[in-house]
Amino acid sequence: MNPAVSSIRLIGGLALLLALLLALGVAFGETQLSLSQYQQAFADPASPPGEVLWGLRAPRVVAAAVVGAALGLAGAVMQGLLRNPLAEPGVLGVSGAAGLGAAVSISAGLAVIPGAVEVAALAGALVAGGLVVIAAARFREPETLILFGVALSAFAGALTALVFNLSPSPITTSEVLTWLMGSVANRDWPDIGWALVPMAAGAGLCAYASRALVMLTLGEETAALSGLPMARMRAAAVAGAALLTGAAVALAGVIGFVGLAAPHTVRWGVGGDPGRVLLPSALAGAGLVVAADLIGRIVPSEVELKLGVLTALFGAPLFALIAWRAARSWRA
Amino acid sequence: MSALLSLEGASVSLGERRVLAGADLTVSAGELVGVLGPNGAGKTTLLRAALGLAKLASGRARLSGRDVAGLGPEERARLVAYLPQERRLAWSLAAWRVASLGAVDRPPALARAAALEALARVEMSRLADRGVLEMSGGERARVLLARLLATRAPLLVADEPVAGLDAEAQFHTLDLLREETRAGRAVIVTLHDLTLAARACDRIVVVDKGRIVADGGVPETLTPDCLAEVFGLAGALVETRAGAVLAARRADRPSTEL
Repeated sequence: MNPAVSSIRLIGGLALLLALLLALGVAFGETQLSLSQYQQAFADPASPPGEVLWGLRAPRVVAAAVVGAALGLAGAVMQGLLRNPLAEPGVLGVSGAAGLGAAVSISAGLAVIPGAVEVAALAGALVAGGLVVIAAARFREPETLILFGVALSAFAGALTALVFNLSPSPITTSEVLTWLMGSVANRDWPDIGWALVPMAAGAGLCAYASRALVMLTLGEETAALSGLPMARMRAAAVAGAALLTGAAVALAGVIGFVGLAAPHTVRWGVGGDPGRVLLPSALAGAGLVVAADLIGRIVPSEVELKLGVLTALFGAPLFALIAWRAARSWRA
Repeated sequence: MSALLSLEGASVSLGERRVLAGADLTVSAGELVGVLGPNGAGKTTLLRAALGLAKLASGRARLSGRDVAGLGPEERARLVAYLPQERRLAWSLAAWRVASLGAVDRPPALARAAALEALARVEMSRLADRGVLEMSGGERARVLLARLLATRAPLLVADEPVAGLDAEAQFHTLDLLREETRAGRAVIVTLHDLTLAARACDRIVVVDKGRIVADGGVPETLTPDCLAEVFGLAGALVETRAGAVLAARRADRPSTEL
């Protein structure tokens, strides 16, 4: 089959699946509504059932989709850039630094200021992203960049642990921990709007870098002589992934696994092409997070299950299954 | 005719160690130049210096008369295309997609057409849709060669393009590269098989310990003295009806050993 046609079919199928999940996410939740209440919600969005559907669930579901798309895209870009199927948005230390930014701001008592934690998380991501962009310009080998990211990640983790250590009260500690576990509960439209700005910039940079990712399949030296402005495209890829990850962490806390797993769920459909895998990965990431959030809401439990916990809980076995099936092609 | 590649006193250092010293080399259109030398002699470094991939400690490297250090990525790709020795690929792209990466300067439809044409030349048309990681090493090498052939640069540089290939594929690869020289391109290849080099190349450049020690036609360069001093071989190239053949054994060894 023509590769462009199969790519379009995959994207179309994923978009349909995502639309279905979004609809399910709005329709179902902790509060069960009767048929007449659904009718009322559609007829009068300002009514109490309308408020549940459009004021609470819809922004939450959209936030989940946006976060998932950002993480899926960032993961696909990192895997392409580092030529490593195990790469994910966290590998460069960006999500760790974003978490640290949030932890510092919460324990400093800034959580009372609207948007302060989000801004701190994004700032943490941008600082780490900046460092990684500098490292990427200096070291072309993916291994060096991965080691640098691991060091950055470990350092951010240690500082976050230090924040816990020096935390003034157990309540603050619990607040930080809750935030770090990730959630899209109580997100409203302005929150999403703000996050979309850096995400759109990040997605644009990733789209610009997509041709470089394909060329990198052949190795650094071939890419360097391919005629593409590799230095600029590499910086764009790293900066794009950092913006996407930082904004996702700012909007929903640390949500693991989506960035790693989403590209693998769709790679078969694009013939392994690291450029063509970007958009499908974003759609798959969105679908995964919307589904995980929906499960978190409808599974009856005393305490709401955190999104970050659920994505890893369901993502890990799914990922193991994909890895098992894909092992043959990786071994070659 | 202006040189497609020229090195003037090019030196490259790796830390304290000088891995290429004062290399002078000029390559013009229509030439198939074989770069020979023992392992670690500096063949790949010579190529990397010429391509602008290795930083020169002194001297100059020019492509089509222009200093390689001052070329933008797009300009450089217009002047030279490179097939590195490394054949590891990160993802299992289809063969045609890999070959089409030699034609990124053209619209997608034309790039695909150029890729399919190049795959036909390397006799890989039947595997055009197969992922490169699902191929044998030799098949993958052919696909990567197709990418090189799909480019339009006047100078092709291939680092050990026949390593790991069966005998027929080795001849085929060098025949294809010779065709390119007849079409007006210049080709530089590094090789380890001296027989193959003697038969395929118009000109031989011998590198030893980071220096170019011989540069010229086959009879002038691959002399018994050169074989002994550079390659540690006692013997000579012998002309046969099929072409030159290396008849040699390791120097300073009893004749019972290889």
